Amino acid sequence: MSAPLAEIRGLSVSYERDDAQSFALQGVDLDIARGRRLAVIGESGSGKSTLALALAGLLAPQARIEGSIGWPGLAHPPVAGRDIGMVFQHPGGSLNPVLTIGEQVAEGAVRHLGLGWRAAKSHALALLEWVRIPDPQAALRAYPHQFSGGQRQRIAIAAAIAARPGLLIADEPTSALDMVVQAEIVALLDDLVREAGMTLVFITHDIALASALADDIAVFQRARLVEKGAAHAVLAQPAHAYTKHLLAAQIDFSTPRLIDGVADA
Amino acid sequence: MHSPEGVAGLCLIVLLAAMAFAAPLLYPGDPLAIVGRALTAPFTDPALPLGTDRLGRDVAAGLMHGARTSLLVGLATALVALAAGTLVGTVAGLAGGLMDEALMRVVDAFQIVPGFLLALAFVSVTGASLPVIILAIGLSAWTGPARLVRAEVLSIRERDYVAAARVIGMHPAEVALREVLPNALPPVLALTAVIVATAVLVEAALSFLGLGDPNVVTWGSMIAEGRNVLRTAPHLSMVPGLGLVATVLGVYLLGEGLADAMAGRKARG
Amino acid sequence: MHRALTMTRRRIVSSIPVLLIVIVGTFLLLEAAPGDAVDAYLLSLGGGDAGLVAELRQSYGLDQSIVKRLTLYVGALLQLDLGWSVAFDRPVLDLIVERLPNTLWLMGAATALAFSLGSLLGIVAGARPGSLTDRTLSIGSLALYAVPSFWLGLVLVLVFAVDLRWFPTAGIETIASGKTGLARVADIAWHLALPVSALGFIYLALFLRMMRAGMAEAWRQDFVLSARAKGLARRRIVLRYVARNALLPLVTMLGLQAAAMLGGSVVVESVFAIPGFGRLAHEAVSGRDAPLLTGIIIVSAVLVIAVNLLVDIAYALLDPRVGSGEVAP
Ligand SMILES: Nc1ncnc2c1ncn2[C@@H]1O[C@H](COP(=O)(O)OP(=O)(O)OP(=O)(O)O)[C@@H](O)[C@H]1O
Ligand SMILES: [Mg+2]
Repeated sequence: MSAPLAEIRGLSVSYERDDAQSFALQGVDLDIARGRRLAVIGESGSGKSTLALALAGLLAPQARIEGSIGWPGLAHPPVAGRDIGMVFQHPGGSLNPVLTIGEQVAEGAVRHLGLGWRAAKSHALALLEWVRIPDPQAALRAYPHQFSGGQRQRIAIAAAIAARPGLLIADEPTSALDMVVQAEIVALLDDLVREAGMTLVFITHDIALASALADDIAVFQRARLVEKGAAHAVLAQPAHAYTKHLLAAQIDFSTPRLIDGVADA
Repeated sequence: MHSPEGVAGLCLIVLLAAMAFAAPLLYPGDPLAIVGRALTAPFTDPALPLGTDRLGRDVAAGLMHGARTSLLVGLATALVALAAGTLVGTVAGLAGGLMDEALMRVVDAFQIVPGFLLALAFVSVTGASLPVIILAIGLSAWTGPARLVRAEVLSIRERDYVAAARVIGMHPAEVALREVLPNALPPVLALTAVIVATAVLVEAALSFLGLGDPNVVTWGSMIAEGRNVLRTAPHLSMVPGLGLVATVLGVYLLGEGLADAMAGRKARG
Repeated sequence: MHRALTMTRRRIVSSIPVLLIVIVGTFLLLEAAPGDAVDAYLLSLGGGDAGLVAELRQSYGLDQSIVKRLTLYVGALLQLDLGWSVAFDRPVLDLIVERLPNTLWLMGAATALAFSLGSLLGIVAGARPGSLTDRTLSIGSLALYAVPSFWLGLVLVLVFAVDLRWFPTAGIETIASGKTGLARVADIAWHLALPVSALGFIYLALFLRMMRAGMAEAWRQDFVLSARAKGLARRRIVLRYVARNALLPLVTMLGLQAAAMLGGSVVVESVFAIPGFGRLAHEAVSGRDAPLLTGIIIVSAVLVIAVNLLVDIAYALLDPRVGSGEVAP
């Protein structure tokens, strides 16, 4: 097996809160394998987003960071946007409301690929086509509010991969969307990773989604990485109580109710 | 209140308030009376520390009594504006419908007429005296609180509609008084600093134009008086102007400090 | 552009009742003044006999009931007749038309100065919240915001006109200079430099503070994080993401401040002896000229409505979200 894309060793991230250190991540050791799809799951506040920001070097300045993240395949520390693309939870909020879609998708290519605006715009056009935005030519000149939530998330994905980063981190990219749109976005990300040979880190609450998409799974609970491994192994034989608990909750939830309506009443 | 700005504002206001309270004690006589040779330079006569103006009036006495006028006008105007604005805003918000529409158009009308022109016209009609000036300035200051209170009433009405309805037999006015006003008050209070500061400035401008109350000392009239000797005795208009700057700055700083403190308590509590 | 037009039409229609309230209110307020236009006129003549008084009252319509007079006044307004100024013995409209351009130049220049410099300094301050530059500009702008414009005018005169002699102390242009064309424009600009500063600096401080506050808010938005995740240059993030969004409330403020600035021009024009609209208001009060004052207030209300229209259009051009609830295909 080739060297991993990233090697996280003893990573802790903490914030000062009321004169005490509160840990968002504590002692995390994790490898991100090149070309694979890693699902990061865990409850709210367990440190998933913090991991994503730490990987991209976007943590707030007041965060205290210990441990290391090594990038064996890169000659230099990764540059956000060029080596790592990110997609966030709220597709509405992550696009600038007053700039055109064209500008927002193209600007990454201008910055990192050294393209002129004209070339970057036609690159953006291809990307919008690729993420299946209807009438991409018109979309270039349109603004975020003119698109639905799912479309905005596709646009955000197009913008995130504009500079062809090797790693895409999607932080709960579908949890603000309805089920059908969720499935479409997941399929899109899946295609993307396959076709472009990208590495994907997919953060989610939803263990079912994780099992459908991921090669590997990492489970976080209260700032700690409690379980990691190949997806099928973790799902078939969870070692940690918390993972079992998550799986059990998921099964309860997805089992069809015997008598519809009773539970809702 | 912890911010250094807020503390500075508090200090300024306390200092000015002390000046205002001490004025009648230190200078019990009429500050408009002629007490010495005209245009005595400052720091030359120990009895007249800041010297005299063109007519021989004590500048220090004027400065102290002027603080009194400015603070009085500022606070009284805020009181008038808040009372009127709260009343109109509550009525509009609770009544809704045509009444609300009509009242808000009146608010619009008061907002598109420059407040200073309105005050000018009002004073010219009724004659200048301190109460008239306070009313005149209040005339354009009540619209802000009215809008705010109305918006708050509407949002609270929406929010607690069911809860309010459950309070059986409560008169709408009672609902307003008990439920709506206490909630609407914090943002309205934040507006108060702006109203006080504006009132101080507008009163000074009116006095500067010779439209203030001729029977009281105001910093604006002192500046206007000193303007006649701007080249030879610039301090006569500079000193009261600094008083104005200190007052307005103090009000803004204090207001900001209080708003920060309130926001902080809300976030923590 | 279509959105802007629809909005403009709606705005004009909705301001008609408001303007009507202003007209009626102003008319009634100034009717309440002791003495009427004829008294004021006679005062300026130094007296007159009873016959003349009655004749004048009739010619002004002052012998009619107040309702009748109000209808007459509004009727005349519709034909752009603002009445007769007793102090100047001329039509009110002529006076206003003659004085208004000076004030529009003054206000326009003050607004341009305040908006451009204020938002620019606000961007400098807001680019790095909490930095030394930010704190200095923040405190400086608050101090400036507390300075009354007429007093600032005197300070500027004292320093730049009396001491340094760089600028003239008063007036709008050199009297009987015979200058034309560009030379005259330069002369007027030279005369307006101090009054424009006196009027504009408060708003400069205001815009600076608003820009700074707006940027502090914009920094916390999700789209700024996604811009950082795209690895964009800091300059681009500050200008296109943070400042561009913080600019929008400033434009709104431009409209809200129009009335206040018009009021401010009254004192500033008096300080600098500029024969403008604001000084005309002061003269109307001094001359107990109710028709003139009524006309001035109504025209200023129309002016404020017009400025707000322009601001709305500018806003619609700057914010793509305005007036469209549509969702793309
Ligand atoms: N800038 C910050 N300052 C202080 N605390 C922070 C900051 N960012 C995150 N935290 C804290 O770190 C912890 C982990 O947050 P994080 O956002 O990584 O959780 P998460 O697993 O992504 O949760 P969610 O599923 O709700 O998105 C939380 O307790 C959060 O309050
Ligand atoms: Mg998260």
